[in-house]
Amino acid sequence: MRPFTYERATDARTAVGAVSRPGAKFISGGTNLLDLMKLDIERPGHLVDISRLPLRDIEELPDGGLRIGAQAANSDVAADARVRTRYPVLSQALLSGASGQLRNKASTGGNLLQRTRCPYFYDTAAGCNKRNPGSGCSAIGGFNRIHAILGVSDSCIATHPSDMAVAMTALEAEIELLGAEGSLRRVAITDFYRLPGDTPHIETVLRPREMITGVDLPPPPPGRQLYRKVRDRASYEFALVSVAAIVSTDQGTINQARVAFGGVAHKPWRSIEAEAALTGRPATMATYRAAAVEAMRDAVGQGHNNFKIELAKRTLCRTLAQLARES
Amino acid sequence: MSDSGTGATGSSLGEMAQLSAITLNVNDQARRLEVDPRTSLLDALREHLHLIGTKKGCDHGQCGACTVLINGRRVNSCLTLAVMHEGDDVVTIEGLGDPDGLHPMQRAFVERDGFQCGYCTPGQICSAVGMLAEVEAGWPSHATADVASPRVALTDEEIRERMSGNICRCAAYPNIVAAVRSVAGGDPG
Amino acid sequence: MIGQALNRVDGPLKVAGLAPYAYEHWEAGQPLYGFIVGATIGKGRITRIDTEDAEHAPGVRMVMTHHNAPAQGIRDESIPFEYWRAQPVLTSPDIHHYGEPVALVVAETFEQARGAANLVDVEYARGPGRFDFAAFEDEAYVPKVVNAGLPTDTAVGDFDTGFNTAAVKVDERYTTPYEFSMPMEPNACLVVPRGEDLTVYVSSQIVDAAHASIANTLRIDPARIHIIAPYVGGGFGSKLGIHAETILAALAARALSQPVKVALTRQQIFQMVGMRTTSSQRVRLGAGRDGRLAAIAHDVTMHTNPDMEYAEQTAATTRSLYAAPHRLTSHRLTPLDLPRGEDVRAPGEAPGMLAVESAMDQLADELGMDPVELRIRNEPTVDPERGVPYSDRHLVDCMREGARRFGWERRPATPASVREGQWLVGYGMAAAIRGHFQAPTTVRVRVAADGTAVVQTDMTDIGTGTYTILTQVAAEGLGLPPDRVRIELGRSELPVSWGSGGSWGAANSSTAVHRACASLREKLLDAAGSDTRSPLRGLDLADAVFSDGNVRVDGASEALSEIVERHYPDGVEAEGETRFMGDDPNYTDYSIHTYGAHFAEVGVDADTAEIRLRRMLGVFSVGRVLNPKTARSQLIGGMIWGASAALEEEAVVDPRSGAFVTRDLAHYLVPVHADIPDVDAVVLDGYDDKANILGAKGVGELGICGAGAAVANAVFNATGVRVRDFPITLEKVLPGLPPMGI
Repeated sequence: MRPFTYERATDARTAVGAVSRPGAKFISGGTNLLDLMKLDIERPGHLVDISRLPLRDIEELPDGGLRIGAQAANSDVAADARVRTRYPVLSQALLSGASGQLRNKASTGGNLLQRTRCPYFYDTAAGCNKRNPGSGCSAIGGFNRIHAILGVSDSCIATHPSDMAVAMTALEAEIELLGAEGSLRRVAITDFYRLPGDTPHIETVLRPREMITGVDLPPPPPGRQLYRKVRDRASYEFALVSVAAIVSTDQGTINQARVAFGGVAHKPWRSIEAEAALTGRPATMATYRAAAVEAMRDAVGQGHNNFKIELAKRTLCRTLAQLARES
Repeated sequence: MSDSGTGATGSSLGEMAQLSAITLNVNDQARRLEVDPRTSLLDALREHLHLIGTKKGCDHGQCGACTVLINGRRVNSCLTLAVMHEGDDVVTIEGLGDPDGLHPMQRAFVERDGFQCGYCTPGQICSAVGMLAEVEAGWPSHATADVASPRVALTDEEIRERMSGNICRCAAYPNIVAAVRSVAGGDPG
Repeated sequence: MIGQALNRVDGPLKVAGLAPYAYEHWEAGQPLYGFIVGATIGKGRITRIDTEDAEHAPGVRMVMTHHNAPAQGIRDESIPFEYWRAQPVLTSPDIHHYGEPVALVVAETFEQARGAANLVDVEYARGPGRFDFAAFEDEAYVPKVVNAGLPTDTAVGDFDTGFNTAAVKVDERYTTPYEFSMPMEPNACLVVPRGEDLTVYVSSQIVDAAHASIANTLRIDPARIHIIAPYVGGGFGSKLGIHAETILAALAARALSQPVKVALTRQQIFQMVGMRTTSSQRVRLGAGRDGRLAAIAHDVTMHTNPDMEYAEQTAATTRSLYAAPHRLTSHRLTPLDLPRGEDVRAPGEAPGMLAVESAMDQLADELGMDPVELRIRNEPTVDPERGVPYSDRHLVDCMREGARRFGWERRPATPASVREGQWLVGYGMAAAIRGHFQAPTTVRVRVAADGTAVVQTDMTDIGTGTYTILTQVAAEGLGLPPDRVRIELGRSELPVSWGSGGSWGAANSSTAVHRACASLREKLLDAAGSDTRSPLRGLDLADAVFSDGNVRVDGASEALSEIVERHYPDGVEAEGETRFMGDDPNYTDYSIHTYGAHFAEVGVDADTAEIRLRRMLGVFSVGRVLNPKTARSQLIGGMIWGASAALEEEAVVDPRSGAFVTRDLAHYLVPVHADIPDVDAVVLDGYDDKANILGAKGVGELGICGAGAAVANAVFNATGVRVRDFPITLEKVLPGLPPMGI
């Protein structure tokens, strides 16, 4: 870990001012940033601690939605009664991630910004365009069992590791950002993340010195919600594939559907194709299969991760069938 | 809120990194420390306060051996900086009990043989104590069938899921679950 | 006392966080911190190493590289055991494997050392490396012997004819991955120099090996080295020998005349500590329709480091497991530029039985026979290769008792026939066998005038329960309550043992303590019997009973402490020994093993192929159990290791670089709580009078033997999919599942 200086921010506006120093970074829960700093992957020269900013609350919005402060711990969000009853997919996604200890520390904003768990990103001796632009992608042609099948580029096949962000994608969350000049802007979560292209080191549309202050959940869409995570271990492991689904049916016909995948792409993967294939169709396995085929139409395996294409299809069908059964 | 950790000027490699003065309330005692800002809470406990009960197993939040309670909540002390905890209450395994007055969870681990080499054990015990408080507060888990339900029944499956952030390579898992179960009450594990 | 479920005597200290492990001793004051820099190529040499920036970083006291490292001893192959040999580091610019240490940075704080390690600038010339086992498997050679001095190849009868004429044949290839021990305490060492002497706090399974290895490496008088290892945070083989952390801490401490401590990071363990070799195994079984084996062959190819041969005895237990007139076993090694193979819990049996017991399950399936019945039909009467009797074989008892307790009769007769909700459910079983070994051990037992006893040996407790069982053996041997017995372990000044490893520690040290106590009893009775002040004088002391701190004969009784105080005011002591097995004819005249049977139930998700263990039972025969509580814990731990080998553990090498890609606990998966449901171990009453005077044998590794195969066989029973490429991860099962449909 390289030397750095440290300061604790007392309010959001001074925080974005303080981070204007060269090499400065925000630190919140620290569960990913310190992990990376210890391995010399992140090298901030100055840390602005925003963990004590008054952004921990979860509040009702006038439109019936919910606002989650960026500093709200993952465990507090997962345990919030309003989240559990109105946005169970988010609670389920959070609870399927990490461990109790990590959820107590990890913040909502930090979770959104966590970096990939690609082992080559974690190995400073390996080529990695995300860590060291221009150095190549060792995962292509390497051990790529956990890597992406959708939206990849020749520069990067990494996945985004968050479960929470997958559920938020299905919920069409909006992220509130405080800019360096003190201005606020809001970005839909699907627009927040970028695909790798030839700049995989740029992962979001976050501008320099911008800080996430909160996440707004619109009123819950009609229908039932479910998050299903598939992994080797029964707990405490990142997803091989996950699905967040929200489906509303009327007399056996799906009238609205939201589908997002985790573990398959550089960002939480909203599948408009699957949603279109579901909407207006009968809630049957034939429909689910058709949606799964549509969702994975452009999927490409890299060798070790070829299985993810079939696994993602099966996981989607299974999740949809379970939702139908429980409704 | 104290600002004792602020104000360092930019440190380059040629100059001494400035030390930060902090006060942690560790096991009900105010402990004043001067640390390199890079010091994890784990290393502050082990290398500065010589509280060796908190263990370094992986230093990356992947094993749980470093679990302590901060302001009553269980966290991995390896993935947080000591300077971020000015004024915080930290309870380590040494604060739960000692051999002459063991905490019920410590006693249960001895009674049920919930460990072998003992290295992950303080983290398991701190985690179990923090976990039971979470259950008491009605928090759901990945093993909870209906997260919307306000009450949680602490089945063995729930204990296992909630303790999964603590790896035991000796694999004393069945005995750890029995120990936690014996403290939590309910059906025997 | 022996055989009682005494709680661990070191338990209160451990659960209170007060038991100091190697990195945690503060009695010598503030040490310096060392951080190792590892090579970032797999083969080649250092062309330039620039340490200037690191040396000038704040707090840095020294940067050691091959340019300035002191000369060290060389690996002397005339020393019969690797772990006692020198382990020199930083000796040349040559790089033999990825992650090999190239520098040590020593600084005043850990943060400074780790930070400055990033500033060591190394340039390399890459050489052509061999990293891909599959690509070079065909270039394997024949080692002279395999681990534990066992023969490389064996042949009995006429295998080809026996196999070719068999009515039913199984001929399959199995592969097992690199696996790491990964104890929770990383390899660590603190060295305190005092004049010419070095006090070495080290995480070590064998104090004598660490002692010799450090002396041989540093080329200093062993009497100057003092090893202290009272608590060891798990070993599983990875701490039988010392590694770079220990030698580098010692070199730096001597050079700086200050205490220095070094721990490997979790990532470095995957590069600087050896691993279980990867294997490719061909198993051939030829049987009659009645299930009786005519021919059994087990041919194994594994990797080895080219300079430091390690030949895991993967086919060795196949020699003693089942009867068959025609037999072959062989071991071959393919040199790769990877770290040396080392012992990982149950070396040999763990990967070997995974293959053989999977093949037996396949044979049972092809015969339409119950897998328990198939094994019973092949139960030998004598060791089929050595021709000597078994000392105390109860394999069939274990299988029958296990089948009864597990409810084996409810096993789905047809694979892939039982579904409970989302789960395809299957049962599997496998046999367990492990050789029991005996190694030289000396202990000293001393009784003080106050009637308390202390047991002293350099034996270690790596979580096995040594403190506890030796308390029990000494308490019984001297008739003292356990709280009047103290155990001192893990110091090189104490009588020498072969430490914890090979499942021999408990039997070796207990037997020696038992003998020392017998000598002490004799001394005390001699003293009392001829003492006019003793109420025991003149009585027939052959019937003397030592209990509750007293010595009783007929109606007379005298306190042990009184006898000691009168005759040995400074205390009395005796030594006890256990011999090397080669000097004990029982180990030549008998085939001495431990046995067991594993039963597992798994659920496989019908859609996603996620595999979850649902319950597991092991029934074991291990001779006499010294402490059922600690023995059960050892056995359960082993069983879970077996399940882990079947389903999770795999260290992957990138064949382009020679680096382990899965090199932390997020990517190298070991079980967590949620993976492990109801797992239980039952031990049959027993006493192996050929093993030793206590009738006790080892339990530390038996639990893993065959356990993985039981889980793998349950996966087959659940799904009809037989995976032979371990671990069985979901993508290997998925293609065999029925098409999606609910």
